[in-house]
Amino acid sequence: MFKNRAVSAPYLVWSAIFVIIPLGLVAYYALTTRSGEFTLDNLARVGQYAPVIMSSILLSIIATIISLIVAYPLAFIMSRASGNTQRTYMMLIMLPMWMNFLLRTYSWMTILERNGLINRFLELFGIGPLTMINTPGAVVLGMIYNYLPFMILPLYTTMLKIEHHTIEAAQDLGATPWQVLSRVIIPLSMPGVTTGITMVFVPCISTFAISRMLGGGSSMLIGDLIELQFLGNTYNPNLGAAISMVLMVIILICMAMMNMFDDGEDKEAMLL
Amino acid sequence: MKRFVSLVLAAAACFSLLCLPVSADGLDLDESYYSRFRGKDISINVYNWGEYISDGSDDTLDVNAAFEEATGITVNYSTFATNEELYAKLKSGGADFDIVIPSDYMISRMIQEEMLLPLNLENIPALANIDPRYLNADYDPDGAYSVPYTWGTVGIIYNTTMVDEVVDSWEILWDEKYTNNVLMFSNPRDAFGITLKKLGYSLNTTDELELRVAAEELKIQKPIVQAYVMDEIFDKMQGGEAALAPYYAGDALTMMDVNPDLAFATPKEGTNIFYDAMCIPSSCQQKEAAEMYINFMCEAEVAAANIEYIGYSTPNAAAYALLDEETQTNPISYPDEELKENMEAYIALPEETNLLLDTLWTEILTTDDQFLTWMMPVLLVAGCVASVVKIAARKRRRAREMADY
Repeated sequence: MFKNRAVSAPYLVWSAIFVIIPLGLVAYYALTTRSGEFTLDNLARVGQYAPVIMSSILLSIIATIISLIVAYPLAFIMSRASGNTQRTYMMLIMLPMWMNFLLRTYSWMTILERNGLINRFLELFGIGPLTMINTPGAVVLGMIYNYLPFMILPLYTTMLKIEHHTIEAAQDLGATPWQVLSRVIIPLSMPGVTTGITMVFVPCISTFAISRMLGGGSSMLIGDLIELQFLGNTYNPNLGAAISMVLMVIILICMAMMNMFDDGEDKEAMLL
Repeated sequence: MKRFVSLVLAAAACFSLLCLPVSADGLDLDESYYSRFRGKDISINVYNWGEYISDGSDDTLDVNAAFEEATGITVNYSTFATNEELYAKLKSGGADFDIVIPSDYMISRMIQEEMLLPLNLENIPALANIDPRYLNADYDPDGAYSVPYTWGTVGIIYNTTMVDEVVDSWEILWDEKYTNNVLMFSNPRDAFGITLKKLGYSLNTTDELELRVAAEELKIQKPIVQAYVMDEIFDKMQGGEAALAPYYAGDALTMMDVNPDLAFATPKEGTNIFYDAMCIPSSCQQKEAAEMYINFMCEAEVAAANIEYIGYSTPNAAAYALLDEETQTNPISYPDEELKENMEAYIALPEETNLLLDTLWTEILTTDDQFLTWMMPVLLVAGCVASVVKIAARKRRRAREMADY
């Protein structure tokens, strides 16, 4: 029954209405003037925002790398733990996600502020006050906090599939722990790594509320820039669409590069 | 079950008792004027800011209910959060409102775009209650399209435990003494508005040079600014996070209620005075009934109830007379006449100026690290090189594998 193409019809209709047509509209707006004539001017104007785009990419890359470093060992330990422990870990990871995203970020504001929880705690020992909020570091922290589960989950699912026998076999055959990690675990978990990176990097780069709340709004990111085109003084959907399109192209390039590295690992896959 | 029913009945009885003191009975209304539409089953759609009308909570007057009772007209009331939202809704034609209450610059834009109907002032006798000083402001010079509902000013809210000197000028927001202690508007119109006023220009200037000077000024201010905020200001000022911030007078009063260390000053260079005014959009179906609603809102008791609820300032002289003396003499809500001379309302700016404002604003908020500009091409090249190397390596491997077989 599931061979039948007809069952995919609901999603096809859905994606046609809510994915393809809006994308077409974005492209249309990006390539036209306010009065509807064709122009490349909007795309050319995106160039002047290069610093905004670069700082977004930079912060997202940092956030993605840190998420990976934090999530990788955790995902491995989780996948080797007993069923109950796994469920507890899972619960702890998912719990914050049940809360609204804006609320979670807003509470970080209260934690990091000059009169916030951390500084008040440090005050007890005579340290501080530290400047934590309104820095790029706070923005990166907000990104990691909000998107870390998206890194852990795919890593954990792929690692679950790594048979413990494979690791034992490697050890029996004289592999050092480092060799087990680099020759067995990392190659086998590569699909999870690429998915995780994509799932963290993409929302990070297009975020807008985090930079405003934790970054003090003094360094704009792409998301803020796009928002300004729609809700600023000028209602300028054409430029907004052009920036969105450039953003999509950037993400596409990043994903293409990721996939290329992913394919490179088919050598190990053939070993199985 | 019986107990449940009696409980519900008791609750209903209590509720109706609570409602009693706020009926229209207390109002002194012209019966012949307001009864014109009685029994004709008319309804009007009102679109107002959120939390911007006395709604009967805490024993206040329920304005919409009182209007329905006095006239027999049904009021469908809905709210919006920003002028832009209201504009987008009217522009898309999806809704037919009979009354809207936008701010000054949006009214002037809507007049330009012929989205409003001229009012028949003969149908609004209570217009006589409005202080003539607030009629015919720049956004609606003939007073033909709008009747002012509230007004307010922008000033400096500051924490008296952190600021010792007298605050009377915008200059203090540029004072390096308060580095990392100043908050600033995160919307370009207001941020540029106060900077232009500080420089002695009009806040409606369309002169590119003046705007660029203001942008330079804002860039100079940036290292001093702790954060660019809008609503977050409530949290930050109330919690003592920052010493100084520009904000709206009515909201300053709210913050001062929470944190008594806060104070408010109106700068001598002049500032923005903003109005929210009642208008009839061109989608209106019941123009006379809508004008009756405007008239009702201008009645002294109604306007006074609204202004007590909202906390902004009233343009209604008859309502002002009904306020308690503490409010009447509060310099935050009703600043001195000489301060008001320098105040200016926003009007709609031409498209180029708006565009320039947004561009300059983006420039100000962009991190000006030099390395970000040259990193883009470097990263691109690095990415390309890595890809080429990878592809070459894979090709070589394939060739080797082929050879092996």
